[in-house]
Amino acid sequence: MVHPGPVTATAAQTAPVEPGQRRRRTLTAALPTRVALLFIAPAAVLFGIFVLYPMATAVTYSMYSWRGTSQEEFVGLANFVQLFTAEPYRSSVPRAFGHNLLMFGGAMIVQNSVGLFFAVILHRRARFRRFFQVLYTMPYLVSPLVVGYLWSLLLSPLFGPVNAALKAVGLDSLALPWLGTPSTALWVVVLVTAWQWVGFPLLLYGAALGGLPQELDEAAELDGASGPQRFFAITLPLLTPIIGTVSVLTFIFTMEAFPIPYALGGSTGSPAGATDVLSLVFYRTAFESGSSNAIGTSSAIAILLFLFIFGLSTVFTRWFRRTERKILG
Amino acid sequence: MSAALPTTHRPGEGGPADLPPVISDPTLRPNRPGRRDRGWAAAATSAALWIYAAIATVPLLIMLLNSLRKNRELATEPLGLPLQPDFTSYQRAWIEASFSTYFVNSIIVTVSSVLIATAVSLLAAYALARAKGRIMSIVEAIFISGLMMPVFLMIVPIFYLLDSFGLISSRLGLVMVYAAVSIPFSVFVLTTFFRQLPGELEEAARLDGAGPFRMFWSVMAPLVRPAIATVVVFRFVPIWNDFFYPLILIRNRENYTLPVGLTTFFGEYQTDWSTLFAGLVIATLPLILLFLVATRQIIAGLTSGMGK
Repeated sequence: MVHPGPVTATAAQTAPVEPGQRRRRTLTAALPTRVALLFIAPAAVLFGIFVLYPMATAVTYSMYSWRGTSQEEFVGLANFVQLFTAEPYRSSVPRAFGHNLLMFGGAMIVQNSVGLFFAVILHRRARFRRFFQVLYTMPYLVSPLVVGYLWSLLLSPLFGPVNAALKAVGLDSLALPWLGTPSTALWVVVLVTAWQWVGFPLLLYGAALGGLPQELDEAAELDGASGPQRFFAITLPLLTPIIGTVSVLTFIFTMEAFPIPYALGGSTGSPAGATDVLSLVFYRTAFESGSSNAIGTSSAIAILLFLFIFGLSTVFTRWFRRTERKILG
Repeated sequence: MSAALPTTHRPGEGGPADLPPVISDPTLRPNRPGRRDRGWAAAATSAALWIYAAIATVPLLIMLLNSLRKNRELATEPLGLPLQPDFTSYQRAWIEASFSTYFVNSIIVTVSSVLIATAVSLLAAYALARAKGRIMSIVEAIFISGLMMPVFLMIVPIFYLLDSFGLISSRLGLVMVYAAVSIPFSVFVLTTFFRQLPGELEEAARLDGAGPFRMFWSVMAPLVRPAIATVVVFRFVPIWNDFFYPLILIRNRENYTLPVGLTTFFGEYQTDWSTLFAGLVIATLPLILLFLVATRQIIAGLTSGMGK
């Protein structure tokens, strides 16, 4: 999906206009409002029709009962209640939700710590820095759908290069159908996602490290603090703000994960629902279920998902800001 | 901030002596790890860097290599070099599996939606940066709030909206949706840039008798070219890669973009491995080219505003 992407979120931290510039701008006559509105009109029309209007109607969609595409009657929160009381939602929604949370945990543990590890290493040695950054970021530029399909081929139990390589080095016992086994399939999804995304925390942490004051680290080095000591006592606390940003973005992306699970397990989250996630439940409900109330139910799922993501991101961000103030004084 | 630091004795605070700074040269400190240790640590980090470089790139390399090998070779030896490169898989993907159609659709949809989004956002960003008043700040806040756009929330209403316009399965409908969802990011980046331009330029142009539109087009727009490049690159990649909107909004094969084309293709060519790999390469190639042309913009954009 066209998620805003990491780019938007990082760009959101671009420094605001400096006060000096703002003052200078007030001296020049501003653009008259009428002319300004003329300039804004095309963007406003496009945005209004294809973004604002659909968003507003989604809320009303979720509060009506539907027969196919005809809106029947106002039912209040019945569509939401149904998600927790009626099958298949009663079992598929919590299961998918658990899988999303597991993806978030896995991404935090695997992708973000690997990214941080290599960012610190590359920060301490300038040689080949850009070269490694480019290599590590390559999977991130490939379409997530392509990444998912590529790994489904690589992990194929019959002709897959991964199992062939494992057998070649004598690890025959590890040459398993990883993606076809319910107990391991979700971990494949987590690792493939991490593989694609490592470059993202790597670049963000790298840029943040470049902005840290060098003096503290140098002083500690003179005092004989070892590399790991300096990292945990100095660098890590100073990185709290960016760790917060990366965590919140990781949360948003893993809660909305769609193309990689779709490519690896299809729209039903095979094998046996092991890779089912909320976006797939939503997709099936809205476009594949054939239920006459598909619009009402799927809109309710989408709204709950949005409220959850938005609410928890806000809480996370607040919490990180507080921690940040506590640590950095 | 100092809480976590090991105590340092500062010059001028007494202690053994106020030694000249030369003495604090790290190599002369007795408690430094020896040179040998450092050599080992450096070797270990180098090894880690190269191992991960292999993990990140080898799968992509296998994708490319296996697309050039025959199915027979892939079945007997999943890993191997294309000793006699064979391009028939590309021919099959491009012609038989309709990748030529998907490719053209992807180009048309991506290029036109990025162009439209950039044009309307450029106009809006200029006005937002240069006009004042409560209405302006409300409009800006609304645009920027779209950065947190919930795609799943919007897709069902968008589907029925396009349906009512008769735009389901049409590339035009998809272009309009992509252009609209690109506005928040584009407006955000461009407004920031316009705000950084000094007002004197416009003052001078105004004295020369230029009207608002002339001023925008001949004076201001050329000055934000770097920001335009950033916006174009950063909307091109996600739109080219996007799979969710066309999966739902495009129902006939002639108008499929590459990602949706891939999903049907993977169902139909299940056993034709080299063609599958070739299809993945075709879908990725334009991005690799873009990356080679715009590496600097991409890395700078990913980390914009992150440094000092």
